[in-house]
Amino acid sequence: MNRANRGSLPALVFLFALLVLWQLGAMKVDAAYILPTPVQILGRLWELRGPLFTVHLPATMAVTGLGLAISLALGLGLAAAMDWSPLVRRCLYPVVVASQTIPTTAIAPLFVLWFGYGVWSKVLVSVLMTFFPITITVYDGLRSARTEMTELLETYGATKWEVFCKVKVPCALPSFFSAVKMAVPISIIGAAIGEWLGAQSGLGYFSRRMMTQLDGAGVFAPIVLLSAVAMAVTGLVGLAERRIVKWRGES
Amino acid sequence: MSALEFDHVSYRYPEDDFDIIDDLSFSVEPGSFHCVVGVSGCGKSTVLRLTCGLLRPKSGTIRINGAPIQGQSRCCGYMPQRDLLFPWRTVGENLALPLEIRGGYTKAQRRELAEAALEDVGLAGCAGKFPGELSGGMRQRAAFARTMLAGGGLLLLDEPFSALDYLTRVSMQEWLLEQWEKHRKTILFITHDVEEAVFLSGSVLAVDQTPIRRLSEIPVPALYPRTRACLARPEMAELREELIEMLRRQVEV
Repeated sequence: MNRANRGSLPALVFLFALLVLWQLGAMKVDAAYILPTPVQILGRLWELRGPLFTVHLPATMAVTGLGLAISLALGLGLAAAMDWSPLVRRCLYPVVVASQTIPTTAIAPLFVLWFGYGVWSKVLVSVLMTFFPITITVYDGLRSARTEMTELLETYGATKWEVFCKVKVPCALPSFFSAVKMAVPISIIGAAIGEWLGAQSGLGYFSRRMMTQLDGAGVFAPIVLLSAVAMAVTGLVGLAERRIVKWRGES
Repeated sequence: MSALEFDHVSYRYPEDDFDIIDDLSFSVEPGSFHCVVGVSGCGKSTVLRLTCGLLRPKSGTIRINGAPIQGQSRCCGYMPQRDLLFPWRTVGENLALPLEIRGGYTKAQRRELAEAALEDVGLAGCAGKFPGELSGGMRQRAAFARTMLAGGGLLLLDEPFSALDYLTRVSMQEWLLEQWEKHRKTILFITHDVEEAVFLSGSVLAVDQTPIRRLSEIPVPALYPRTRACLARPEMAELREELIEMLRRQVEV
């Protein structure tokens, strides 16, 4: 832990220097409605803490949580199916890749028409952006299982299902955690984009409303909150990973 | 009755246009220790992979204890080149793996059997460690114990010591002979190291041509139990040179 802290020290110093530069630059420009200073943003975050933390953060987290859960279920299911059957892989893989060429942000307004201003239009944006990295990363993880290990189990008389549970799943665990760490920020971004396009609550929606009021610091405050949450959740996943995957990097 | 019998077995890899195993017949008596020596890529591992059922012969029959291997399960224990201990399982859980797949044991029974097997190979108290904490020789012993638990009276060892350093390999060879004398299982041991083959086996099965049409059985003129001192005896040295000469002829061709 100590070493980890020392490792991130240069990054913290660099970040602080950037913030100082921003602060000085913004003070020189002196136009808080388009370029607020970091101090102004923190101040605004504090002033707005009531609605931000009790209304909009929970709304965004609900979308993110739902989106992440659905993406995980979908991604894991697709990855397992593609690993299980070459035919499924040949059918799905190109489609999954092609789905990523669709600019989600451009068609997201349609989702609002289809699913209304409720939670599901945002969940759909979040899922569409998140399930792809999960599917591909976990699929590669399942593929990484060494054939020798699979063969060894076969000489013990193992079935395909036993091979899957005892070799493939453990082999894919490190990739799974990488996938989740990637997916958390993406699903939050997806949720925020969905809210930006049309919603009644949520941090994305709130940020947009502040935009219409030319409140620069108010635009940034929910965004700062979003990245703080994303970093915290990713950190938690990293902690869980270190507890569960103890063998990473070994043979 | 033979512990293992190849009856006119042929095998061809899908990407090849010739049979790497061509009408091969040989048999191995129960309780014997045979080493199969041959140059790299001659197909000696293929013989083992056919025996443990990972490959299916194109024609011919393989019998273990008189019965064809199709339909028999767990008739042999296969130990590949690398120890292949699963890094996410403790050593004890690794040993329990073949028992888990066979089924019919409770968790406590599996642990008990695994601990007994570990004690047997001189690794008592290592059940809770992860494979990464063991040395190369210890890992091979653990892998051997797992192979023993896989069941069957026939052990198929595919160059198990080739990745170890010389001194560890030498002591592992002595250790393997002790284990064999204790358990009296039939061992088929693949190696390209002639000295290892001469020291370990009752008779050497030499691959003198590729594709493999026959295995020439050459008895080793030494009795068990053996020590490394026997390698210095003139008839042993002569056999070793003879085998090396035979293998070199094939490489030069």
